[in-house]
Amino acid sequence: MTDKKPERREFLFTASYVAGAVGVAAAVWPLVDQMNPDASVKALASTEVDISSVKPGNTITVLWRGKPVFIRRRTQEEISEAKSVKMEDLKHPEKDEDRAKDPEWLVMLGVCTHLGCVPLNDKGDYKGWFCPCHGSHYDTSGRIRKGPAPLNMEIPKYEFVDASTIKIG
Amino acid sequence: MIISLKHIIKLIVILTLVNFINHIVNAAEKVELLKTDWTFKGLFGKFDRGSLQRGYQVYSQVCSSCHSMKYLSYRNLTEKGGPEFTEEQAKAIAASYEVKDGPNADGEMFVRPGKLSDKFVQPYDNVKAAQAANGGAYPPDMSVLIKARSGGANYIYSLLQGYEDPPAEVTLDEGVYYNKYMYGNKIKMASPLSEGIVTYSDGTEATVEQMSKDITTFLMWTAEPHLESRHKMGFKAIIYLIILTILVYFSMKKIWSRIESEV
Amino acid sequence: MSDHEYTPKSKVGKWFNDRLPILTLANHLTDYPTPKNLNYWWTFGGILTFCLITQIITGLTLAMHYIAHADMAFESVEKIMRDVNYGWLIRYIHANGASMFFLAVYIHIFRSLFYGSYKSPREIIWIIGIIIYLLMMASAFMGYVLPWGQMSFWGATVITNLFSAIPLVGEGIVTWLWGGYSVDNPTLTRFFTLHYLIPFLILGLVVLHIWALHVPGNNNPVGIDIKKPSKDTVPFHPYIVIKDAFALLMFMIVFAFFVFYAPNILGHADNYIEANPMVTPAHIVPEWYLLPFYAILRSIPDKLLGVLAMLFAIIILALLPWLDTSKIRSAVFRPLYKQFYWILLADVLILGYVGAMPAEGLYLLIARIATFYYFLHFLVILPVLGFKEKTLPIPLSITDPVLGGSPNLAIAKNRDSFDN
Repeated sequence: MTDKKPERREFLFTASYVAGAVGVAAAVWPLVDQMNPDASVKALASTEVDISSVKPGNTITVLWRGKPVFIRRRTQEEISEAKSVKMEDLKHPEKDEDRAKDPEWLVMLGVCTHLGCVPLNDKGDYKGWFCPCHGSHYDTSGRIRKGPAPLNMEIPKYEFVDASTIKIG
Repeated sequence: MIISLKHIIKLIVILTLVNFINHIVNAAEKVELLKTDWTFKGLFGKFDRGSLQRGYQVYSQVCSSCHSMKYLSYRNLTEKGGPEFTEEQAKAIAASYEVKDGPNADGEMFVRPGKLSDKFVQPYDNVKAAQAANGGAYPPDMSVLIKARSGGANYIYSLLQGYEDPPAEVTLDEGVYYNKYMYGNKIKMASPLSEGIVTYSDGTEATVEQMSKDITTFLMWTAEPHLESRHKMGFKAIIYLIILTILVYFSMKKIWSRIESEV
Repeated sequence: MSDHEYTPKSKVGKWFNDRLPILTLANHLTDYPTPKNLNYWWTFGGILTFCLITQIITGLTLAMHYIAHADMAFESVEKIMRDVNYGWLIRYIHANGASMFFLAVYIHIFRSLFYGSYKSPREIIWIIGIIIYLLMMASAFMGYVLPWGQMSFWGATVITNLFSAIPLVGEGIVTWLWGGYSVDNPTLTRFFTLHYLIPFLILGLVVLHIWALHVPGNNNPVGIDIKKPSKDTVPFHPYIVIKDAFALLMFMIVFAFFVFYAPNILGHADNYIEANPMVTPAHIVPEWYLLPFYAILRSIPDKLLGVLAMLFAIIILALLPWLDTSKIRSAVFRPLYKQFYWILLADVLILGYVGAMPAEGLYLLIARIATFYYFLHFLVILPVLGFKEKTLPIPLSITDPVLGGSPNLAIAKNRDSFDN
């Protein structure tokens, strides 16, 4: 027994190893998947927001799925400024029309795309938002213009239920 | 002599084990319970979809006026392995209930129609209110009721059909009923089911037996919502283990043959 | 233990091994000379390691979702069962895993009793094992409290009240254990903390258990000392590894059957009713693996003495290496001991059975007789048997019976399992 000749790769042994490895992998998956959002989190309802009291130039912040959502009623200046930007000046080119269904209302996740802080309103070089964590500047359409963030702030799924109500999600 | 003693002791060991397991399985089952052909039993047991939907109808039209079901949400009604109502049906069911929500921007609570993500609306605000409305007895929450009673599905099925007139020597107080399957035979719930108390939307005749079977099936699902995937996965897992066991067995024989040939 | 010094072949391996001799350890474990005649009752050590690791891994994942608060514990368990991805699977593995763990540990203990594995020079292995067993009971009990069902609550009440039997300070100790005047939220949170801690203590003790085992090496069905390494031994890898793997897979099939097809059969229905401090369930029973001791507790009509008897029933096991005076290890060569061994096994099973029954009438009488016999076995029969018993001649080696001229090897070989 002491002489260890290299063993012939028996089919039987290979099959056992492979089958065993498959089983271990299958057993590991539930342990990994249990950390994913559970059924109740996935089913979390949409939020309806009353926007009748928001004045032009003001932003309200509501919580949706544990994250802040900015709802800004933009002034004419802001809208025209957002629309006049050339696509080639943008790090992440998106048209303002694609970001705001109704140009007067900008609805977006108030989360900086760099590392997840909440940017400040009416701050920064582009009169939109400024993230105090690492200095990302967003314009009046929530698009990234300067700083380390790679993408524009995300637009969630939303719809206008009626003139004064927005449903997010 | 020695051998026979050994055999006797072994017999005791085996009998005790069998008796013991038997005891665990049938704990407290003194009265022979009614049985029926449950589709969810066995290696491949599945729920009867129609029965689950009818069972929900019985729950919502009869039981839910007193019994809560606080661990279920309306979304569960659409889930695979359950009654599998369509999303529209479940949304309509949810919307037919009024759910307390809030506070709103003014700090006030308000009532709105239910949504899929809402928990089943409870008949009473709290346990005390439930007791006050039911002569001091709390109608138990039904979410896991089947698992909370020894005898399980057969017990609930029997209880619902076990109402009868008390024997002469038993006197019952006001609001107490006689049920031959209830522990102690006295129950504070009046017989909840009577012929035709619900009108099944699928046209099934609503006999007491049929309704007992449907509501019990429904309660089995609410207690074990993943029963079907458990059975499916279990079958695969055991087949896999058997195959691997056989492979390893022959590998073992092969490896050990090196030794045995030496001896 | 191989006497030769191990040196890794590769330079990197050697460099590393000189600083942390983990390769030497691995080499020791794979080459570890194991008696070649070990039967399947010896595979339960490996199975128990599997059980411990399974419990730790499933326990860690459950702890990510469980909420240790009296108002939320029951609900959080239901959430695990309903909403968490594969939560039902993980919880059922954990809950039934406890039972499987005890099943395996009882087989492991009774194997040791049959083959005298607790005797010199293996006393320390045995005592560490008993401590592990005690910690397992503590951990299982506290784990059963966590779902905060009726059995959790009333089990916790009854077991913690055992301490009130201690004269003078008993009541104070119970209040201290509870963190209040009854089992309540403080009790639950501390039980959760300890339930989380104990498995890691067990893990540490398992390392010591195996370390202590590797000093004298394994006992074997013949129960004689063998030369290591020799013709009587095989290297642990691959011979014992593959055999353990095969046995483990058989065990897992039984385990899987419980998890997937009878996940609640070993539990108690009342534990699906949320804890209610105002109503005690009609029939309180502990989990099956604690029943024999529960029967001993109830069979003695005095609070303090009952608790002491129950404790002593476990402690007596730790004294076993000195209570058993026979020099012969294996029951194969002890015809009388073998009879008493089976009677003891029957006695423990009977205790378990009456422990699940109401403590009255015939059951109580049987419990008392069985309790009496349990202590009689360890305190009288075993010590006396060592002097009185006429043992069979033992072979000198498990492979070379010729040297000693003993004809009994054949007997040893054929009778080394429980099956005949």
